[in-house]
Order: sequence, then structure tokens, then C-alpha cells
Amino acid sequence: MFNHFFTLEWKSFVRSASFSTNLFLKIVMVLGALYFIAVFTFLGIGLYYLLEKNNLDPFATVNRFLLYYVLIDLIIRFFLQKIPVLNIRPLLPLPISKNTIVGYTLGKTIVSFFNWVHLFFLMPFSFVLLSKGFSTIGVVSWSIGILALILVNNFLNILSANKEVLLYGLGFIILSISGLQYFQIIDSTLYTTSFFNILYSSPLSVLLPLLALVILSVITFMFYKRNLSLDAGLSIKQKEAQTENLTWLNQFGTLGTFLKNDIKLIKRNKRSRSTIFMSVLFIFYGLLFFSGSIETYEGPLWRIFAGLFVTGGFLFTFGQFVPSWDSAYYPLMMSQNIQYRDYLNSKWWLMVIATVCSTLLSSFYLYFGWEVYLAIVVGAIYNIGVNAHIVLWAGAYIKTPIDLSKNKNVFGDKQAFNLKSILLTIPKILLPMALYGIGHYLYGPNMGYLIVALAGVMGYAFKNKVFSIIENIYKTEKYKTLAAYKQKN
Amino acid sequence: MIHVENLTKTYGTTTVLNIPTLEIPKGQSFGLVGNNGAGKTTFFSLLLDLIQPSTGKITSNGIEISSSEAWKPFTASFIDETFLIGYLTPEEYFYFIGDLRGWNKADVDTFLSPFADFFNDEILNKKKYIRDLSKGNSKKVGVIAALMGNPEVIILDEPFANLDPTTQIRLKKIIKDLAASKEVTILVSSHDLQHTVEVSNRIVALDKGTIVKDLQTNAETMKELEAFFSKETAML
Repeated sequence: MFNHFFTLEWKSFVRSASFSTNLFLKIVMVLGALYFIAVFTFLGIGLYYLLEKNNLDPFATVNRFLLYYVLIDLIIRFFLQKIPVLNIRPLLPLPISKNTIVGYTLGKTIVSFFNWVHLFFLMPFSFVLLSKGFSTIGVVSWSIGILALILVNNFLNILSANKEVLLYGLGFIILSISGLQYFQIIDSTLYTTSFFNILYSSPLSVLLPLLALVILSVITFMFYKRNLSLDAGLSIKQKEAQTENLTWLNQFGTLGTFLKNDIKLIKRNKRSRSTIFMSVLFIFYGLLFFSGSIETYEGPLWRIFAGLFVTGGFLFTFGQFVPSWDSAYYPLMMSQNIQYRDYLNSKWWLMVIATVCSTLLSSFYLYFGWEVYLAIVVGAIYNIGVNAHIVLWAGAYIKTPIDLSKNKNVFGDKQAFNLKSILLTIPKILLPMALYGIGHYLYGPNMGYLIVALAGVMGYAFKNKVFSIIENIYKTEKYKTLAAYKQKN
Repeated sequence: MIHVENLTKTYGTTTVLNIPTLEIPKGQSFGLVGNNGAGKTTFFSLLLDLIQPSTGKITSNGIEISSSEAWKPFTASFIDETFLIGYLTPEEYFYFIGDLRGWNKADVDTFLSPFADFFNDEILNKKKYIRDLSKGNSKKVGVIAALMGNPEVIILDEPFANLDPTTQIRLKKIIKDLAASKEVTILVSSHDLQHTVEVSNRIVALDKGTIVKDLQTNAETMKELEAFFSKETAML
């Protein structure tokens, strides 16, 4: 039976529409995993000697911080470990027992990277302990105990994904433990140290974490089994919808009609909401440059680079997928009474508004001096004047349908890296950097800013021309785009 | 109203549609029937310029579909779920389509009020997004939206599929009323011969991309169509 499940999963992986993207991501993930394996192994081998060198009792110190090791593991799981969902629906009416389905789904999580990566730390560390004369049975029960706690985390994570109470409860516990420690009120590690010490000194105590593991896995198993029906765990949660009229946008005519839709598009879909998240992230990206924390970023050219990114987060992440955001209903857009120009204009305004907002929000960079903020404002002008057009232009060539409900590939799709869009990044980033460089090295920083800002203003003058070009691309590529968007369905 | 000339659509070496000539006069209620793969959806997609004809052309009201966009203001359609915007509520979707066709909110509300029966209290004010509606209910939204804005040409692909019997009967009445006005040219496709015969005053049967029957609806139409399609099964 497990054999069948395995083939099904293999096929769903290989035959998925985004296989090559997936493969690329998988390769990146494998490289990341190898990195962590190496780190854990080195830590396992070297930690004992490192602590010894610093005149600390290695075993006691490790035991003291194991609490945080386990807690951090749990936090990382919350964010990174995926909850396994076998494509269960079609299996339900088949003669497969529920126990098998649940058992397989949960069993799969046990062999997850997040569990066995710890072996790469625990095993070498245990060997070092043994070589230092620690008792064999003590070390074995100590490592098994920790491993059991790691697996407890595994099940806690699965359960908390479905039970919000548990999630918030655990979050509260983690926060209070670290808070009390930070403000030096209660040092929880003092208590847990003795727990881990006992695991070593009286090996029978290993039964305690093992019992916790067994109980928790049974609870998880029962929970999944109970929810294995279409109207319980397998139903898709529906949020209550609220009709929004956004009537204040009516004054903008057709533009308002599209803006209303775009605002709803961003608000109501996971994938598009993440562009907002990314743009906030980009606002803080500038800290790397302006706080002077990374030396290579100190050069004057990097200022303009940072300025472009701080204000352009939304522009780059949203704009590059116009019109793919509307891919799910592109045939409607193509047969309705819609002028391409109105459609483009609304997307353009959206990017302008977002850029202006980011510029205002990033005013905290004034803390680093007005020159820094000037770089950001100049970056914003260039973004609005030039990059907004280029992004829309590049987007016209990208025909990757976007599944709005899914939150994957936030960092760009495979087809986003085609030759045309790479060529179009030159004016987006490199050109303003070069322009600034010319001004900076000939006359000084202010001249550099002036030239870049002027380029932005001039770019704005070409708005109509660029929009006609994009319109033409939309028209000539229309059938190809429609066919490409259809592939998802 | 709609004039088809030497229209073919070829993928590779397979010709999926080949209509040498077809004339659909204004106000006609035109039914398109055929088995799977007969070319119904291909024809409608060509009518909406969603795919490019391999040869030939279609003109609507004298406007060539694939070279001008001037047909869009007077043409409305519902082909499949790609004509719906999933993250909107049905109301928002109606207002959006209304906006595009120059109707304000009040116009849309007035237009929708007679359809309360048709919606069976499952569409409006239900606090649901279209993506969360059942197939039948989202089809209702799409079909009704295609009637908005006084279009002169309405194109509906398989409007009866996924609808419950009551709704099918109501939809037939809506289409018949529209057809009776003789102002609107309605094109409907269906697998279901009975429904199509009931709502159309002309039936065209497609088979493997070519027109095999072209009938004015009368008492004998149903028999003739049934005879034709059962002959096909006999040949198999």
C-alpha cells in the first residue's frame, strides 16, 4: 500500500505543471540541506572541544542550552516545516483503511529533514562524549531523550497547524520563557539543565520523554483520523466575504473600476498579499546599506541601488506579473468592453501609489542623515518615472499563469527569468546606477542625484509612448497569452 | 448580424472547425448542438477573438472580429469559469461588469431584482466569494452577468450544464423572453438537444468541425436531430 502512495506522490511531483520550477527549488533546497548537515556535523564534533577551550564544562553547558535548542527547533518548524497533505480526497472511497491513510501521512513527517538533521549533531557529539569517558548507557538514554523531544516537536507542529489554541498556547509559553530569562526574573534553563542531567545520570528517566512522544503521536493520529471526512478536516475553510463598494473610487471613472478590482485582488488572495509583505521587507532592505553594517555596500553607487529597492518593492514584485495577476479570468478581460489603456493605467497608478507610500514610510532613514533619504527619494522618482513603465513592459512578455490562492514562487517564477526580462533589468537598476556614477565622479553626489531624478522625470514624459508599445504587445501576444494562461486549467 | 466566411481552425494537421459560410440574422436565437469535440466551443472562442482563425473571417455587425475591437461594446458572453473573477462576491462582480458597460450601481440593482427567483436566494448577500460558490451557482452568476448592459449579441456556451431542473426551466424562459424581443441575437450551445430546441428558432448541428444540419425549429426538429445523432451511434 505504501508503495502505491509513494508512486502517486512521485507522479504528482514529476507531472506537475511547474515541474522544472519545482526541480530548481528542490535543488536549492537540497543545497541548503547539505549546508545545514555540514553545520550540524561540525558542531557535533567540535562543540565539546570549543567549550572546553573556553573553560566551560561542556556537558553541563550543552544541557543548559538544550532548552533553547528544542524551542528554536519548534519555532523553525512553525515557519518552515510543511504539514503533509496527501491528496486524500480521491483515496477515501477506495478500499483503503483510514488507519493506513493517516499512518502514511503522519509517518511521512517522521522522516522529514527537520527530524533527522538533528542526528548529525547528536551522533558525533555522543561519540565525543563516549571518548571522553562518559557512561555508554547514560549517553544513549540522553540522546534518545533529546530525539524524543525533537519528535514531540514534530507532532506539536502538526497539531498546532490545525488547532489555533495550541499554536497560541505554545507561542505564549515560548515568549514567556524567553521573556522571563531576558529580564532575569526566572532562568528556566536552571530547571531544564537538571532534567537533561537526570536523563544521563539515571537512564530510566528516558521513559518520560518517550511516553510524551507516544501520547502525543496517538493524539495526533486520532485527531487526523477523526477529521478524515469531507466536511471536517478535508473541507476548505471559507472566509466570510464582505461586499466592498469602495465608492470613493467612482470619481476616477473607468480607472476607478479597475483600481477597485486590483485592491480586492491584493487584499483577498494569499499570493498577491505577499507582494505587500515583500514591499515592507524591501523598505528595511536599505538598512543593510545605510547602517554601514556591510562594508562592500559602502560605495556611493550602492546608495542609489538601495534607494531603488527601498521604494520599489511593490513595483518590482507586483508589476512584473502584470497581466498574469488576471490570468484566471483573462478571457473575460479580453472579451469585455475594456480598453487596454485603462487597464494599464490602473496598474500603473497602483504602483505609483505604493511607491509614494513606501517613500513616506521610509522617512525613518532620515535618522541616517538627509543624504540617505535623498537617495531614497531620488530612487522613488526614478522608479515612478522609468521603472514603472519598464516593469509593465517586461510583464507583457511573461505568460506564467498565477494561481492566486497559492502562496508559492513568491521569489519569482521560472519564466520570469527569460532573456527579455533579464535584458530589461539593465535600465531598471544598472542604468540609474551608471547615471549616478557619472554625476558623482564628475561633480559630486548632488549632481548624481540630479541626473537620476531628471532621468525619472524624462521617463514620465514618455508614458504615453510606452503605453502604446505595451498595448501593441498585448495585442500581438494576445492569443499566445490566452493559450498560456489556459494551461493551468 | 453575424457573418462567417471560409472559417477554418487547424491545429497541426487536424482541422477542428471548417465553416465555409454561415449567416446569423439579427434577432435570431441560434442553437448550436454537437457531440464532444464537434467544435462548438472553438466556434464561440473564434466569435470572441479568444483564438485566431487559421483562414477566413467572422464579421459581427459589419465589424471584423479579429482585426477590430469595436464589437466588444455590443457583445456579451459566458463561456466558462474563466469569465468569472473568483475573489469577488457576486454583487461586486455584477457591479464590475455593469461599470464596464456603463451602468451605475442603481442600474445594476434594478436589472438584478427580477432575477431573485432565478438566484433562489443562494447568490446575493450570501457573504461568499464566487470561488466558494457551487458550480451551478457560479454558472448562474456568469449567465446573468452576460445579459447586462443591453448587448446586441449574447453568446452562452453550455448554459444548462450543472444547473438544477428548476433553474434550467427558469433559464429557458429568460432566454425565450429575450429572443421574443427580436432585438438580441442569442447564440447558445448545448449537448442537450431538448433544451436547445426549446429556446432556439434555428438549430445548427456540428460534427467534427463541419455543419451537418441547419434547421428552422418546428415540430419535427427534435425527431430529426435525434435520428441524426442516434445514426452516429449506430455507425460506431
